[in-house]
Amino acid sequence: MLDESDLAALLITLKLATVTTLILLVLGTPLAWWMAHTRWRFKFMLEAVIALPLVLPPTVLGFYLLVALGPQGPVGSLMEWFGGRPLAFSFAGLVIGSVFYSMPFVVQPLQSAFAAIGKRPMEVAATLRASPADRFFTVALPLARPGFLTAAVLGFAHTVGEFGVVLMIGGNIPGQTQVLSIAIYDHVETMEYSNAHWLSGGLLVLSFFMLMTVYALNRRFRPMQP
Amino acid sequence: MSIEARFHLNRGEFVLDVDMNIPVRGVTALYGPSGCGKTTLLRAIAGLEPCRNGYLRVGDMLWQDGGFCIPTHKRPLGLVFQETCLFAHLNVQRNLEYGLRRVPGHERKISLDKAIGLLDIGHLLLRRADELSGGERQRVAIARALAVSPGLLLMDEPLSALDLSRKQEILPYLESLHDDLNIPVIYVSHSPDEVARLADHLVLLENGRIRASGAIGEMLTRLDLSLARGDDAGALIEAVVAGHDDNYGLTFLEFPGGKFSVARKALPEGHPVRLRVAARDVSLTLERQTGTSILNIFPSHVEEIIPEGSAQMMVRLAVGNIPLLSRVTRKSAVLLNLARGTPVFAQVKSVALL
Repeated sequence: MLDESDLAALLITLKLATVTTLILLVLGTPLAWWMAHTRWRFKFMLEAVIALPLVLPPTVLGFYLLVALGPQGPVGSLMEWFGGRPLAFSFAGLVIGSVFYSMPFVVQPLQSAFAAIGKRPMEVAATLRASPADRFFTVALPLARPGFLTAAVLGFAHTVGEFGVVLMIGGNIPGQTQVLSIAIYDHVETMEYSNAHWLSGGLLVLSFFMLMTVYALNRRFRPMQP
Repeated sequence: MSIEARFHLNRGEFVLDVDMNIPVRGVTALYGPSGCGKTTLLRAIAGLEPCRNGYLRVGDMLWQDGGFCIPTHKRPLGLVFQETCLFAHLNVQRNLEYGLRRVPGHERKISLDKAIGLLDIGHLLLRRADELSGGERQRVAIARALAVSPGLLLMDEPLSALDLSRKQEILPYLESLHDDLNIPVIYVSHSPDEVARLADHLVLLENGRIRASGAIGEMLTRLDLSLARGDDAGALIEAVVAGHDDNYGLTFLEFPGGKFSVARKALPEGHPVRLRVAARDVSLTLERQTGTSILNIFPSHVEEIIPEGSAQMMVRLAVGNIPLLSRVTRKSAVLLNLARGTPVFAQVKSVALL
């Protein structure tokens, strides 16, 4: 069965995934909107940067984040200069790492959802007296709902499943930065297969149900109207 | 009161360069072949085409003058797009209310009920947009545009995405708008039939420029324009119902140049009607024919005559001051010695009530 540190790891994992997903939805929505509509000629470079975590080994991303966030790194020393603590090996550091790591899983679905809406519904709303902000909230967001659902669930699930980045910048401090995937690894290392089974099985079922929910809801919601 | 529009837009291959002055009443058709710039011009009027070199005045309201530009959502206009574009996340009722709710109370001149009644969509209010037929969707889109009480209604080929029977379904509603509401309309179309039925004024566009502009009856009979060519060429005549002959089941339609007799129509006396007289249905004689089955014969004279292909001539006649077109063979023109000023009798074989 689960012991106390397993439950702590579970809570930390869920908290990390929730905070990361919320941050990504807030940051990712304007970014995705801009990417879907800009004609900036270097957009492809930004797209490549955002997609990097898809192909990069997580340990590489984690390594650079560790260097940047650690006491000697640019961000870390800046933090110290302002009287803060370095971010490496803290929950805040985990959140920063996860935001980078899961960014493509949130931004890309949002971007394609916004692109699929096209300009026309927004033009129609403009001829119906809606200001730019008004039409964004009353037309673009509702029409992009399936995209938001996909983005939220993928971002959440991907953060729950991360390992390499967390291990590099979070360390493995039980009750502080130890997440589920690392707890499972530890159990397997110490031959505690029963605990590993409970955690792994739980994660498997959770992930499956989340994805099933997305696909079921997106099927029911008929988004576009020619 | 007029609408004055000057735009210069450069879109790579395509350049729109227009200077237009049209009345702020009735229906003005922007007419021309695909790619002539009529939709771009309409979008520029709506403020949807970014354009730094532009001037637009609608009545006494200045909408654009160079850098000064009122954004689309602050212009008192309604726009009906070519393909129906109802919001998929709202039902019909909420689609109709979307614009209405953003119009301040004192600017609302057309109630929602009136818009719903005019387009006859009361039974659709709780449906979702994707549960409607193409014709129903377009009727909802028109009602939604009317519900913002526009000072100017813009329509971008609202019927072109519909098949013929759906067109026939919508056209009467468009005509009733014309008759019931006093809203000036700019109507983009490439269909001669729609233009003949709906427009009062016509702007002919070619390659991003305005080729000619004027009253519809005048424009359709100008021999220097493409409108007066082809099989469908014909004149448009505004007439009123002058009376009925119950004995023979006829209705008389009076226009400034005379009186048409047509098969009985269930219309009250004084009712205005629009007639279309195709050029192929008008033949010419030098003397008034007596032994003929044709009822509608009008004394007139030739105003202009031009060759059409090698075998035919197009003749513009003046019946009183009303222009009429007649297509004759070149041989007949020579035999009758037709020239500018020749007095002739125009025999109208058939006339269509639009």
